[in-house]
Amino acid sequence: MSKSPIKEFFRTCYKNKNFLIGFLMVASVVFIALFANQIAPYAYDDAHPQDILVKPCRQYIFGTDNMGRDLFSRIVYGSRIALKVALVGAGLQLVVGTVIGLICGYFGGKIDRALTFIADLTYAIPGMVMALAVVTVLGSSLMNAIIAIAIVNWAAYARVVRAKAMSIKNQAFIETGISFGESAFAIMFRYILPNIIPVLIVTVSMQLPGTIMSTTTLSFLGVGSQAPSPDWGLMVSESINYISRGPWVCIFPGLALVYTVFGFNIMGEGLRDLLDPKMKSQ
Amino acid sequence: MEKEELLQIRNLSVDYKVKGGYLSAVHGVSFEICKGEIFAIVGESGCGKSTIAHSILRLLPDHNEKISGEINFQGQNLNELSEKELESVRGHKIGMIFQNPLESLNPVYTTGKQVQEGLLLDNIPKQEAWNRVVDLFKDVQMPDAERRARSFPHELSGGMRQRVMIAMMLGRNPDLLIADEPTTALDVTVEAQILRIIKQLRDERNMAVMLITHNFGLVAEVADMVGVMYAGEMVETGTVYEIFDHPSHPYTMQLMKALPRITKKEGRLETIRGAVPKMMNHQKGCRFANRCIYATEKCWSENPPVHQLSETHSFACFREEVSTCRK
Repeated sequence: MSKSPIKEFFRTCYKNKNFLIGFLMVASVVFIALFANQIAPYAYDDAHPQDILVKPCRQYIFGTDNMGRDLFSRIVYGSRIALKVALVGAGLQLVVGTVIGLICGYFGGKIDRALTFIADLTYAIPGMVMALAVVTVLGSSLMNAIIAIAIVNWAAYARVVRAKAMSIKNQAFIETGISFGESAFAIMFRYILPNIIPVLIVTVSMQLPGTIMSTTTLSFLGVGSQAPSPDWGLMVSESINYISRGPWVCIFPGLALVYTVFGFNIMGEGLRDLLDPKMKSQ
Repeated sequence: MEKEELLQIRNLSVDYKVKGGYLSAVHGVSFEICKGEIFAIVGESGCGKSTIAHSILRLLPDHNEKISGEINFQGQNLNELSEKELESVRGHKIGMIFQNPLESLNPVYTTGKQVQEGLLLDNIPKQEAWNRVVDLFKDVQMPDAERRARSFPHELSGGMRQRVMIAMMLGRNPDLLIADEPTTALDVTVEAQILRIIKQLRDERNMAVMLITHNFGLVAEVADMVGVMYAGEMVETGTVYEIFDHPSHPYTMQLMKALPRITKKEGRLETIRGAVPKMMNHQKGCRFANRCIYATEKCWSENPPVHQLSETHSFACFREEVSTCRK
């Protein structure tokens, strides 16, 4: 009771270098996305016909692409798309997976078997193939790509939540709640859910990098973001034809992607150690 | 004094489906609890005490049990209510506290908040509910009530947590409180405090209490009525004086002999030989027959009749000569 929990949290963070570094990397991406208007020297679709495929120089820090657009500005604006994918994509997966997982874990029986079967089915189909199929049906756009990835990935959340809900369901305080007159809905969301939040945070941070990567892949394949969006995946795919004349047009968006995904990755790793000491040894 | 019947259990049987048939956990149990009465159910582990308590509120863990008989509570048969209707009985009319207060509270909320939760179910405004919580904490003699209401369960001791549980159930003012071995996990001094609180609350609120325990000392201290259970059957019921002064069923008699006494200086405590039989698929005969010192041929083949000794005192045995049964 002597130390404030916030101070305690920062102290543990400081000790956990993984989390600290990852957090700083993600924070820098968030910062760039928030202040993109101030940081980027040009608009992302601002073409300079006289400066096509210029090497990185003082005027264009990362050079320009085949249409003379400033690569640095485009990458800066692209961070917004990456974060949007992370937020919306992870949010969708989280909500769908958690609700289904809770229902499975709490009620059990036939509902559980049916939903688990569907989850296993989505697990069994190769993710990219299924995502491509979904986008083909829905039509190509960033939002549809995010939805497609969510349809592929929700099962991971559902599994974790289901397992956890099943173990918590048998604890004594759930019985207390029921004998207290609480409805099944209240038991699921007010008794079980708060107790799985640490696991959920870890799952989200472990799933996030994959979500960004898959959505970017869809954009790279041309079924996600459409031109002139500064989506990093789209940028790589557009410039792949000019890779011999100006390799920087491919390298810099790729590096930005690697930086962001890597940041989320090691932040997730650190979070796992922080919140779930049992998994540390694995 | 005219007594008002609150809970009436008629011929309650609970069978668990297990490999190779049904395990009879509770068989043909009948008793009633009146308003403002403390009814103790005594028996050894696995004799079906908790099963009775759980079947009243339909809290049995799995769906592979078979419940028959009537559980009449204020004129309603709880066995026939839908799950939704039962929700309004749970907590509101019948509260229940459990064996293990250490695990019966939600670890992620403060204790006060959990007690408040129940009050909010009755549509009481938030601030008023919180004030009531603090009052409830004072009612259960929680030291430093205001601060404890803001503590998390892990910051409290076992006795305090059991008090929180009691406060939680009292918050909704139930007519009947089921206490399933409320003091088993607590030490003796705390046990005495908790019992005093339960007794006092009964006196103040005229609430009926169904106390489940394996501790005869505890029964002698607080109970008005006692039901003795053996292997899923209630073998003897009576007022606490009747049971202690004139134990009539051989099992009760032998239990009484096995109690440690301060006056008895010589030798070891008496025990009851043998073990509780596993009751599969409703065999005939007295369930205590294999351990009974008075068992006769008949005990193995027929169900013993119930003898009514007084308005309150009854027992199930073939032996009628009660006088010789007395110590």
